Amino acid sequence: MSVDILMPALSPTMEEGTLSKWLKKEGDQISSGDVIAEIETDKATMEVEAVDEGILAKILVPAGTEGVKVNEVIAVLAEDGEDASAVTAKKASGGSAAAAPAPAVAPAQEAPVQAPVQAPAQSEAAAAPVAEILSDPSIPEGTTFTETSVRDALRDAMAEEMRRDENVFLMGEEVAQYQGAYKVSRELLQEFGARRVVDTPITEHGFAGLGVGAAFAGLRPIVEFMTFNFAMQAIDQIVNSAAKTRYMSGGQMGCPIVFRGPNGAASRVAAQHSQDYSSWYGHIPGLKVVAPYDAADAKGLLKAAIRDPNPVIFLEHELLYGHNFLVPDLDDYVLPIGKAAIKRQGTDVTLVAHSRMVGFALEAAERLAEQGISAEIIDLRTIRPLDTDTVVESVKKTNRIVCCEEGWRFFGVGAEIAATVTAEAFDYLDAPPARVHQKDVPLPYAANLEAMSLPNADDIVEAALKVCYVK
Amino acid sequence: MASKPKSTKKAPTKASKADMLHFYREMLLIRRFEEKAGQLYGMGKIAGFCHLYIGQEAVVTGMQACLKEGDQVITGYRDHGHMLACGLDPKGVMAELTGRIGGLSKGKGGSMHMFSKEKNFFGGHGIVGAQVPIGTGLGFANKYRGNDHVSVAYFGDGASNQGQVYESFNMASLWDLPVIYVIENNMYAMGTSVERASAETELYKRGISFEIEGEEVDGMDVLAVREAGERAVKYARSGKGPYILEMKTYRYRGHSMSDPAKYRKREEVDDVRSHHDAIDGLKAQILEAGYADEAELKKIDNEIKAIVKEAADFSLESPEPDPSELWTDVLKEVESA
Repeated sequence: MSVDILMPALSPTMEEGTLSKWLKKEGDQISSGDVIAEIETDKATMEVEAVDEGILAKILVPAGTEGVKVNEVIAVLAEDGEDASAVTAKKASGGSAAAAPAPAVAPAQEAPVQAPVQAPAQSEAAAAPVAEILSDPSIPEGTTFTETSVRDALRDAMAEEMRRDENVFLMGEEVAQYQGAYKVSRELLQEFGARRVVDTPITEHGFAGLGVGAAFAGLRPIVEFMTFNFAMQAIDQIVNSAAKTRYMSGGQMGCPIVFRGPNGAASRVAAQHSQDYSSWYGHIPGLKVVAPYDAADAKGLLKAAIRDPNPVIFLEHELLYGHNFLVPDLDDYVLPIGKAAIKRQGTDVTLVAHSRMVGFALEAAERLAEQGISAEIIDLRTIRPLDTDTVVESVKKTNRIVCCEEGWRFFGVGAEIAATVTAEAFDYLDAPPARVHQKDVPLPYAANLEAMSLPNADDIVEAALKVCYVK
Repeated sequence: MASKPKSTKKAPTKASKADMLHFYREMLLIRRFEEKAGQLYGMGKIAGFCHLYIGQEAVVTGMQACLKEGDQVITGYRDHGHMLACGLDPKGVMAELTGRIGGLSKGKGGSMHMFSKEKNFFGGHGIVGAQVPIGTGLGFANKYRGNDHVSVAYFGDGASNQGQVYESFNMASLWDLPVIYVIENNMYAMGTSVERASAETELYKRGISFEIEGEEVDGMDVLAVREAGERAVKYARSGKGPYILEMKTYRYRGHSMSDPAKYRKREEVDDVRSHHDAIDGLKAQILEAGYADEAELKKIDNEIKAIVKEAADFSLESPEPDPSELWTDVLKEVESA
C-alpha cells in the first residue's frame, strides 16, 4: 500500500507554507526520521521528517511552490515490494477539496486538522478594505499602497523608529537570534546589532522592570512579551511602576516604554495561552492601550506608541500576523493614539470592535447588508484613551449598538462602551446595547468547544438582528 | 534571636577631618529628621505608612560618598534617609510626608513614593523588591549609553527573598551591568527575622550562583561602608559587572509607625543603641582624632536641629495641593511633531 505524504501543520496557526526544498529525490529509499524536505512558514523554516519507510515514489509538489495548504498531498511513498512507478496518490492533490481546512465538526483525518476558527480569517484577508483605508484623512491623495502583512508592518514600524531614535531598543525572549518567536522582529538584529536587539532570559517580571528602569533613565524600550499571557508575571511592574510613577512623582518622572506582543486567543493552545487583556490594562490610569486590526494601523500606531512619552500596552493578535493589508507608502506614517476609525459607513446599527473582531464585524456587515441592514463599523484601535465621541456620534445616527470583543463579558470593553452609550446617548437608543464576547469559561482545547467559546461573525449578525428587532 | 550587627571594634579606617565631619552632619540630619517625622506622625500631621531609617544612617551616608554626579540611586519605601543623602531639600521631603503642595511629589506620592530627576534619585518604591529590576534597568541604560555611571539599588533583607531580585541578578551578571546591590540587612522583614525567612542567612552569598561578587559589611560603621562601597563602585564602574554589599545594620524603631515591635526584646534594641550606634561611634572617633571638640559638635547639632525645624515648619505651612492637581500628571501630553 502506498502512503501519502501530506503538507504538515508546523505551528498552531499555520494554514499554508512554501515547500522550499526537497532533500530526497524520487527513487530514494526513505527511513523513518529522515529529513525529506524543508518548509517555510510565515514564522520559520522547518524540516519535515518522514514518518513511514519506503521509496519516495512521486513528488507531487515541486520545490519552490508557495501557498501549499496544510494536508495537501506533497509526495507519495511506495512501501516495500510495491512498484514505485505505479503508485498514485490516494487523495486528490493540488489545492482541491482535500486541502481545505476541515469544518468544525468533521471527524479528525489522518493529519492534524486546521482549527475551524481560522476559516473566516481567510476571508478577512481577502476582503482587505482598500476604499476604507483610503478614506483616512491623514493619507494624502495620490498615495500608493503596498500589500503588507501585519507582522511586517510591525517590524517596519520598529525598524523605522530605531533608525530615527538611537534611544529606541527592543528586548524580549527570542527577539534577536531566533528572529522573533512569531518573526515580528525578523532581521532587526542584523540591522541594529545585539546592543539594540536584546535577547532576554525567560524572566518577564525581571525584564519588564529592567525596561521600566531604562525608560526612567530616558531610553525608549520596546519590551516584547512572547505573548501577553506571560505578562501576568510582570503585571506589577507594568501597573505599579510604569503606570503610576509619573503621578506619584508629581510629574517629574516619565516612563516612555512600549510593552507589546500577541494578545488574545491563538489557535488550539487552550486556556493559559489564550486570553484577551484589553480590559485588564484598559482599567489602569497612567497607561495607554492600543489594539489595532489591520497592517496600516499596526504600523502607524506602533510608531506613535514608540514616540509616546507614556507607557503604552500594544496588543497584537497572533491570528492576524500573517494577514495582508494595504499600507500607505509614506516615509513616516504615524497615527494618533486614542482615535477610533470608521471602517464602514452605515445607518442602521453600529458595530464596535477592536483587533481581530473587526474582521468578523466586516464579515457580519456584508451578511447584514444582504438582509437590507446597513451596519456602521467602528474600529476602536485604542482601548485607552477610548474614543467615546466617535462611538456616541455613530449611535446617535444608527440608534443601535453591538459591542464586540474577544474577551470575557464581565467588566469588559463592551461593558464600558455600553455604559457610556447608555449615559451619553440614552435618548437615541432604540434597543438596549448588545454585547458579543467570549463565553464565560476558560478557553477549551477541543476544536468544537473552542469554536463554541470564541465569538465570531455569526454571533455579531445574530446580535445585530436582535437589536434591529429582525426575525 | 537574630544575630547582632558586627562589632565596630577593628582597625579604624582612615578618613579626613572634612569627611568625618561631613558624615557626622549627614547622619545626624537623617536621625533628627526621622525623629521629627515620627513626632509629626504622632501628632496626626503625617499619615499612612511611614518607615523610619533611624539606626541605619551609616549605610546610605557611606555609600553616597562613593558616588559621583550622574550615578543613580533607587530604594524601597524606607527612603527618607536616601533622599536626604542624595542632597534633596529636607523641606521638600517633609512636606511630602505631610501631603502638601510643597512636597517633592506635590503631595501625590507620600512617604514611600518620592523622586528627583535632578538628583538622579529614582524612588521611593512601595512594592517590596520592585526597585531591584528598575535599578538594574538604570544600570542597563548606563551601559547602553557607554558612560561610566553606576546605579545603586538598595533593598532590605525581606526584599532579598523576592524572585525578581534573582531575575535581576541573572541579567545584571549576564550582561555585566554596572549595578551595586546594597542589601540593608536590618535583621527583620517587618516582624520576621532573617533566620525565620531565609534559608541562607548570609545574604551577601545570594549572588554566588549568578557569579556576582558579594561581601558582608559592618553597616553601623560609616567608614567601613565607604571603604566597601568604593571597592564595589570601582568594580562596577570599570565594566566588570554588578556587585553585592550586604550591610549588617539595625533599625531602632518599628517596621513602620504602626508596628508594636513585639518580635524582639527591648534589650536587643538597647544593646545596639548603646554599643553599636553609628553616630555615637563616629563621634567618638572624631573626638579621639581631635578633629572637633564637644562644643564644635554641639554647634553642628544645633545647626541640624534648625534645619529640621525649618523643614517641619515648612511642611505644616505649605498648603494642601489644589483640587486641580487631582487630574494632572497622569499622562504626559504628546508633543505634535
